[in-house]
Amino acid sequence: MSAVMKLKVIEGHLGSLSGFSKPKINYEQYETPAHIAAIALYTIQTQFESLENKLVLDAGCGPGMLSVGASLLGAAAVIAVDIDYEALQILNQNIEETETTNIDAIQCDFLDSEMYRWNNCFDTVVMNPPFGTKNNAGMDMKFLKMGLNLSSDCVYSLHKSSTRYISVLLLHRSHIEKKVREWGVKGEVIAELRYNLESSYKFHKHKSKDIAVDLWRLFHPS
Amino acid sequence: MKLITHNMLTSKCLKGVVTGYPLAISATNIKVTEVDFNPDFIVRIIPKIDWEVFWKAADSIGHSDGLPQTVESKLHDNNDFLKKVHRVLLEVEIDEGHLTCPESGRQFPITKGIPNMLLTEAENKFAMLLKSANDLYHEVFAPMPRQI
Repeated sequence: MSAVMKLKVIEGHLGSLSGFSKPKINYEQYETPAHIAAIALYTIQTQFESLENKLVLDAGCGPGMLSVGASLLGAAAVIAVDIDYEALQILNQNIEETETTNIDAIQCDFLDSEMYRWNNCFDTVVMNPPFGTKNNAGMDMKFLKMGLNLSSDCVYSLHKSSTRYISVLLLHRSHIEKKVREWGVKGEVIAELRYNLESSYKFHKHKSKDIAVDLWRLFHPS
Repeated sequence: MKLITHNMLTSKCLKGVVTGYPLAISATNIKVTEVDFNPDFIVRIIPKIDWEVFWKAADSIGHSDGLPQTVESKLHDNNDFLKKVHRVLLEVEIDEGHLTCPESGRQFPITKGIPNMLLTEAENKFAMLLKSANDLYHEVFAPMPRQI
């Protein structure tokens, strides 16, 4: 299976996007690194053909790393939702700079979006949800559940992998795996992504810090 | 905001609003941006759209020219028709204006192309109160045996 753009080219485009100007802690705003977003989207397209010609939803889009990437990889249309107006302003800027014209943004509370008429409407839902730590406990799982409600096919979601490895050590299933069973859907990790912070920020005083995320693919059993 | 998005939005989140659909559009600035035409996608998306709402929305902002009021499957082979749908669904954008809830009259502003569907804090509190009352009923009162 193929993609309309080479991995290096997408990564180059995504690397030039603007990020959060002032990340808000209460929304757990952190950027999806261009490298991770590029590999994730490229994998989604080349292994499962879930972007090209598809109606895509980016849930909690922030400055739109995944939205723009999906559009560049040939999505027919992308709906991008976020609760934060400032993040959406940056998305608008990124849309303008990359000349991607098929992304439409909505400011709304994604977790409240059951009320919209879009259950099972999207071919593909992509998200890099809040990690769901401390004050936002369980937020990542709420995002996943809502994503499943709105998709007719697959949800692709990025999650910190540390929790999964701890679970493996403790010999029990990870939180997501438990939820996947509980919801009666199917799910698998389709890519384990590593990102070395030092390699991009040479000025960092700390030792190199590896960020590890898993790309999950969840879908309704046929 | 493109009309594909408008077709999915409701104001059901508001207190006392039952369907909240369709939202009326008031546009002060409309722009048209070119989007790659993908006929297969348009054919696939048409059944997902509430066509009547789509047509009326297009008409209300002056873009219904050449768009039939009802859609028939034979039109799926008609390239001009698909191009027209493509244009109105994906290329026409409401840049500035507002959406109005058909039941409560509450307005949702559209700024720089982005509709703001968030509730105010007061609206949110009321919605949460309603939700907890509803949960309480379903979890506690509804399962109780009924007395004759």
